Formats: sequence, C-alpha cells, structure tokens
Amino acid sequence: MSTILIIFCVLAAITLATAFLAIFSRNPIHSALYLVICFFSIAGHYLLLNSQFLAIVHVIVYSGAIMILFLFTIMLMNLNKENEVHKPRITRLGAIVSFGLICVVLILVFINSKPIVGEYITTGEDYQSIKVLGKVLLNEYMVPFEFASILLLVAMIGTVLLSKKEKTEK
Amino acid sequence: MDSTIIIEKSIIILVVFAITMLMAMYSTLAERKVAAWLQDRIGPNRAGKGGLLQPLADGLKLFSKEEFEPDTPNRFLFFVGPAVAMSTALMTSAVIPWGDRFHLFGRDIILQATDIDVALLYVFGVISVGVYGIMIGGWASNNKFSLIGAIRAASQMVSYEVAMGLSIIALLMMTGTLSLREISAQQPGMHWNVFYQPLSFLIFLICAFAETNRTPFDLAECETELIGGYHTEYSSMKMGFYLFAEYANMFISATILAVLFFGAYNYPGMAWAVENWGVNIANVIGIAVLFAKICFFIFFYMWVRWTIPRFRYDQLMHLGWRILIPLSIINIIITGIVILRAEIAVYLGF
Repeated sequence: MSTILIIFCVLAAITLATAFLAIFSRNPIHSALYLVICFFSIAGHYLLLNSQFLAIVHVIVYSGAIMILFLFTIMLMNLNKENEVHKPRITRLGAIVSFGLICVVLILVFINSKPIVGEYITTGEDYQSIKVLGKVLLNEYMVPFEFASILLLVAMIGTVLLSKKEKTEK
Repeated sequence: MDSTIIIEKSIIILVVFAITMLMAMYSTLAERKVAAWLQDRIGPNRAGKGGLLQPLADGLKLFSKEEFEPDTPNRFLFFVGPAVAMSTALMTSAVIPWGDRFHLFGRDIILQATDIDVALLYVFGVISVGVYGIMIGGWASNNKFSLIGAIRAASQMVSYEVAMGLSIIALLMMTGTLSLREISAQQPGMHWNVFYQPLSFLIFLICAFAETNRTPFDLAECETELIGGYHTEYSSMKMGFYLFAEYANMFISATILAVLFFGAYNYPGMAWAVENWGVNIANVIGIAVLFAKICFFIFFYMWVRWTIPRFRYDQLMHLGWRILIPLSIINIIITGIVILRAEIAVYLGF
C-alpha cells in the first residue's frame, strides 16, 4: 500500500508544480509544455485509480490533440512581451472571484458524490474493462451521452461556419 | 507479484528493444540498397561484406561528428526534441504480441511485454504524443525553416490521425476488442482481417505512410522548399536520433499493420504444427512468419518511396479530410449494416 502512496505523492507534486509553472512562466510555449506534463501526471492519477481507458483517452484527447493545436497557434502567433495586453484591475478581480466560486462548487460536488467503486468491488464486476464502461454509458447514461455528442457536433459546425466566413470576406 | 514474472517480462522487454534497434539500423541499409536496386545502382558495398557493416559505420560517423548548436534561448528544449521522438518511437512495442506463447520450464511464457485491455488505444496515444518531439525540436531550433517544417509535420500527423482512428473503428466493430493479443488470436490460419476489411486496410495503410512522414507524404522535410525540415539545425547524433526514430516508427507501423490486418503470427497449419511439433517449434515458426510480414511491409514502404513522387501540401490535406475521412465513415456504416443484417431483415419484415 505504501508504494502506491509514494507514487501518488510524487504524481500529485508533479501535477501541482507543473500547473503552477504553467501559470507563472513568462514564455507561452513553456507554459503550454508545462500543461502537457500536468496532463500526463493526471493520466497517471487515473491509472492509480485503475481506469486504463480514462487514462489513455485523456492522453489522446488532451495531450495528443488539444495541446498540440494549442502549441500550433502559439507558435504561429509569435507572442512577444511587447504585445502582451495589460488587463484592467476589474477583470483580474472578476477572474479571482469566478475561480473561487468554481472551487466552492467543485468541493461541494466532491463532498456529496458517492464513491461507486466500492459497489463494483463487492459485486466483483470488472469495472475497468471497456465492455462494462461502454454498456453503462449507452444504457444508464444514454441521454447525457447523446447530448454531449450533439454539443460536440454543434461546436464543430460552428467552427466550420466561422472559418468559411473569413474566406468569403477575402 | 512473484519475481519470475518480473525477470520474464524484463527479458522480453530487453529483447524487443534490441530487435527494434536492430531492425531500425538495418532498415537504413535496406533503404539504400532498395533505392540502389530500383535505380539500377549497386548501393553501399564498402563496409563489410556487401555493405553489411554500413549501419555501424554510419552510427560511428554520426557519433564522432561535431555537435553544432544554434543560437537558441531554449537549449534544454533543443535537447528534449530528439529524446521525445526516440522514446515515443520505442514505446509502442510494449503492447505488440510477437507470438502466442512458449512452454518453457513447466510454465507458459506469453510473448508480449504487457497485455492491456486498451492496447490499440495505447498505440494511438503514443502516436499522438510522438508529434511533440517534432514540434519541440522544430520550435527550439530558432529557425523559420525548422518551424515551418515542424508545423507541417504536426498538422499532417494530426489530420491523418483522425482518418486512421475512424478506419480502425470498422475493424473494431468486427473484432469486438481493443486488445492486440485477442485481435491476433481471432485470425487463425488464413482468416486475416484484410480479407474482411479491405477498405479499412487501405485507409490505414495510407495514414500509416502519413504518420511516419514517409514519401509520398514527407512534406515535413521537403528539401527543395524547407532545406531539411524540422531537423535543419540538428547535427551529430541528435539528428541521428530523429532519423533513427523515423525508421523505428516505420518498423512499428509495419508491425501494427501485420498484427491488425495480416494475421500477426498466424500461418496456415499452425494448429497442426502445435499438435505435431509442440508449442515451442510452432511459435518459433510463428515469430519468423510475423517478421517476414513485417519485412515485407518495410520493403513496401521503401518501394513506394522510390516510386511515387511527393504530394503538394493542399493535395495532402484534400486527400486526408475530403476523401479518407468520408470513405472511412462509409466503411463504418457498411460494416454496421453487415453485422446487423439479421436484425435489419427482421425489422423490415423480410
């Protein structure tokens, strides 16, 4: 049990350190790369919780797709210190307040959530296998699952529309 | 966990690592020999018998070259680039089943480093992380040509990953599992997936070419436009690592192609061989068969490289987004209809 605790502590330290570095580093590309390391250590946390599927999908989606597109944009925009916009104080205050509110909501959610893993362990079901996960997703959580896919579709259509509009203006 | 499993797995990992390195090394020689053969030349034949020691000589040369560093503010990232490229190229081999099993010292030894439930997704994850090696290296070089090369390579790889993932879904609908071990066990004898999913295979093959940045998709290092692409500023063994990673990637993608579509270690009469000659001999033949398939695909990569000219960049994107992705979606729909044909017939009242 202690080895898992040590691994957890190391992973948590890496996660927190890289998350802070992502915020504090001056160079936007460095902060994006710190964020990538942060995502990897979060995938490690998923592996500690025995959910291989979630860990791999997290790596594919966040590190493999989203952050690469992010890096892409930053590299092409060539951000310098000169064109860094100085934000007014009220915006910063608003950001802090909204972050605090999100923290409160998340903490409440975590306090009220019931750990379902115990149930699976008592019934002896292999909850980490993708077969069980797929059945649960498409039976119990069918409606939210479909709604999420509709949301993604709408976002995709929106992106296509936005990029098309730019083309006709030229 | 008992110590024998750890020793067993360590040996498998070491052997797989050594084989990947060896295959990558000799792929460089094979590439030059195949190129020479296709162009009616002799090719390298000075080092060793028939040029057999050429890869060693090349490695020695790269190690002893002067290490040049460009004037870059990101010296650390400049070093990280090739390291990431090389390690991601080697990581994929962990989930590949090299054979069924050996029976030694009274116990079954499974010829695979690890058999995880989501092996195929793991492969995709490692492939998508591999883009970082190129992007970091290209950006840290502090050179416009390197940056454009890196961005071309990354956008190409990201675009073709989509088509690759979609083409695999049709196959997964048929196999019903993501474990590479189970997928290879499902193709005994000549029941290879390529006969059931030819379109999926074709799309996957084209995407594999794009993912490994090989001709006709080697726009990342298009010499006439970009000098050398993302590794323009690299020299000595750091550049060697980038080139080596490309060959390691080629070996791994040839292996994935052989495992997914060409029956992995299976060959006609394997069950008979297991019965009459024993598990060990049948599996030694199986490993040899798998490597024969891999060598064929590596040869195929080289054959294509010296036959088909390079695409233009807009042609590449057109092929990826407007042809391969719709084709693979159509393939998914057809596969779904075929799998559910009995239910559909009942529903329509036939």
